[in-house]
Amino acid sequence: MFLSITASAFSTLPGSLALAAEPLARLRGLDIAVIAIYFAMVLWIGFYLKGRSNTGEEFFLAGREMTAWIAGLSFVSANLGSLELMGWAGSAYQYGILATHWYWVGAIPAMLFLGLVMMPFYYVCKTHSVPGYLDLRYGGKARTVAALSFATEMILMSGVNMFAMAVVMKVVLGWNITFSIFVSSIAVAIYVGLGGLRSAIFNEVLQFVLIWGGALLVPILGLVQAGGWHGMVEKILFNMHGNDSYLHLWRDTGSFSANPMGVQWTGILFGLGFVISFGYWTTDFLVVQRVLAAHNLRAARMAPIIGSFFKMAVPFIVILPGLLGLALRTPAVAGGIPHLVGEDVVAAHAGMGLHSYNEILPLMMVRYLGPGLLGLGITALIAGFMSGMAGNVSAFSTVWTYDIYRPLINKKGSDSHYVLVGRLSIFIGVLISIGAAYLVMRAHGIMDYVQALFSIFIAPLLAVILFGMFWKRATGLAGFLGLLTGIIFSAGLFMWVKLNPAELARVALSPDAKPMAENVFRALWAFLFSAIVVMVVSLLSRPRPVEELGGLVYGATKLPEEEWVPFYKREWFWACVVVAIFAALNILFW
Amino acid sequence: MHGSRIAIWFFVGVLLAVYGGMIMGYGVYEWVSGSYPPGVQLTNLHTPVWWGGLLEVLGIFYLMKFRPGKAEK
Repeated sequence: MFLSITASAFSTLPGSLALAAEPLARLRGLDIAVIAIYFAMVLWIGFYLKGRSNTGEEFFLAGREMTAWIAGLSFVSANLGSLELMGWAGSAYQYGILATHWYWVGAIPAMLFLGLVMMPFYYVCKTHSVPGYLDLRYGGKARTVAALSFATEMILMSGVNMFAMAVVMKVVLGWNITFSIFVSSIAVAIYVGLGGLRSAIFNEVLQFVLIWGGALLVPILGLVQAGGWHGMVEKILFNMHGNDSYLHLWRDTGSFSANPMGVQWTGILFGLGFVISFGYWTTDFLVVQRVLAAHNLRAARMAPIIGSFFKMAVPFIVILPGLLGLALRTPAVAGGIPHLVGEDVVAAHAGMGLHSYNEILPLMMVRYLGPGLLGLGITALIAGFMSGMAGNVSAFSTVWTYDIYRPLINKKGSDSHYVLVGRLSIFIGVLISIGAAYLVMRAHGIMDYVQALFSIFIAPLLAVILFGMFWKRATGLAGFLGLLTGIIFSAGLFMWVKLNPAELARVALSPDAKPMAENVFRALWAFLFSAIVVMVVSLLSRPRPVEELGGLVYGATKLPEEEWVPFYKREWFWACVVVAIFAALNILFW
Repeated sequence: MHGSRIAIWFFVGVLLAVYGGMIMGYGVYEWVSGSYPPGVQLTNLHTPVWWGGLLEVLGIFYLMKFRPGKAEK
């Protein structure tokens, strides 16, 4: 999901990858057995948990009984899709260590803010979803706009990811696209449909472990071959003719032209680090739903903080393989990784055996992993895909049932009726996703638009939720208009640049800006636009009495007392540890 | 089946133990027979043996610690 607003270069993946002639790897019996056991395990979990998902609370919120660790791992895992893994490894090969911004400044501050500041409001008001919070704070109109946008985007994104993953399986393993789409989507439909959110969360934890177990060997063995960190740096400098911009996070972001990504620090800090990151990690129901399943407020606050530790570590299995690909390629290493090129070059030279940036992770896997381990690596990719899809469909099911079906279609259903609707919506959602996957297969151009849906929607939503949570004066009309006009404004900016690519220079404020800069600046302008609309309309309309805002707004909410625990069990202590590590990492790789 | 709840960590243990055994077993076979897969680098490190062993140890730890009836969720 997060990938869709960031690694735009990856959006062309299916079209060009499909042109590759020979699969990168051939699986043996042991690899097939590893993959088959994984599928058996996720189905076992689904059937096992079926008996524990009979009420709405159990099915949609996993009974609100997850520990902080399980909710935290699930929170990170739902975001750790296989396209994300491959796309960012490819971005690291293309742009160097700058790609790490999307894991550190683009995630950690927002995750801490969610846990420490926002979670109490989501948790105390007992909402079942983010659109549900908008309903309580602003009223039904804002909820309906958010729910319809979110449900549409979830299910279409699920289809796009499904298709892209099937193409990856075709390119890497030579698997039939239809086979990959149906096997993986049916497995997800069964285990989420049976066990609801609890099953999705259990599998996400399992998938998180698998992703690390399958992908961690690549950077370890790559570093061994490169001669350690210093050996890797020397080889990168040799291959890049002494250009060390690939090895610095911030030093060369003073101007768009000084770094390989073509971004500037204000865009990274405010566009990515604030609007996109806070928009995704604090308002996207796909991830927030995992934290809402925590068993008490302290666990709900700790979950994102626990997740932030793992998020900071993800570059080790994603960014490092990309950097190692830069280091271990010829000529620095005889017989090394081939020189990788952009998707457009691969497409223009079909049949010549070229590989794109986005293939760096599977290329590294094939290089180091023999039978069994390769199966584990491929299982990690499949697991990443399935966790992302399970996140999409479980969130879709909740929003469809509680924020669309119940308020707009059938207000008087029983709890068991809504559980049935939720279960059915998972299977129907998967079917629509499959349809979307085939739609994208027939018309690749649609993919850009579908992926843009998320980035168009998230910035206005963030503005509306932040004002709703921290400004008592914000009114229902302001929330509705801020969200609706913000989405229209954001979509307009997207279409403007889409139809006139030269206008990117205006949106990103520099003729040197590259496409990566567009997403962050578009998000920033859309956020500011929505914020202004919310403020102006609020000041012109009648606010709700403060007494009605209890549990919803800062300053009008009395948070429940939590039992005393020693300092090392408190969220503030661990948040300080995260901040210290985060600061140290940014200084270390400055 | 639901009388004693199975923790997620037990499922993790099952999977790691099974994978660990399979991968380490193949690694030992590879080492003893000396037949390494073509094209794979650093086979001299016998990665399947120690990585499979690590997965096996972790798997058994989780199996024992979270076996049904011993631990809650």
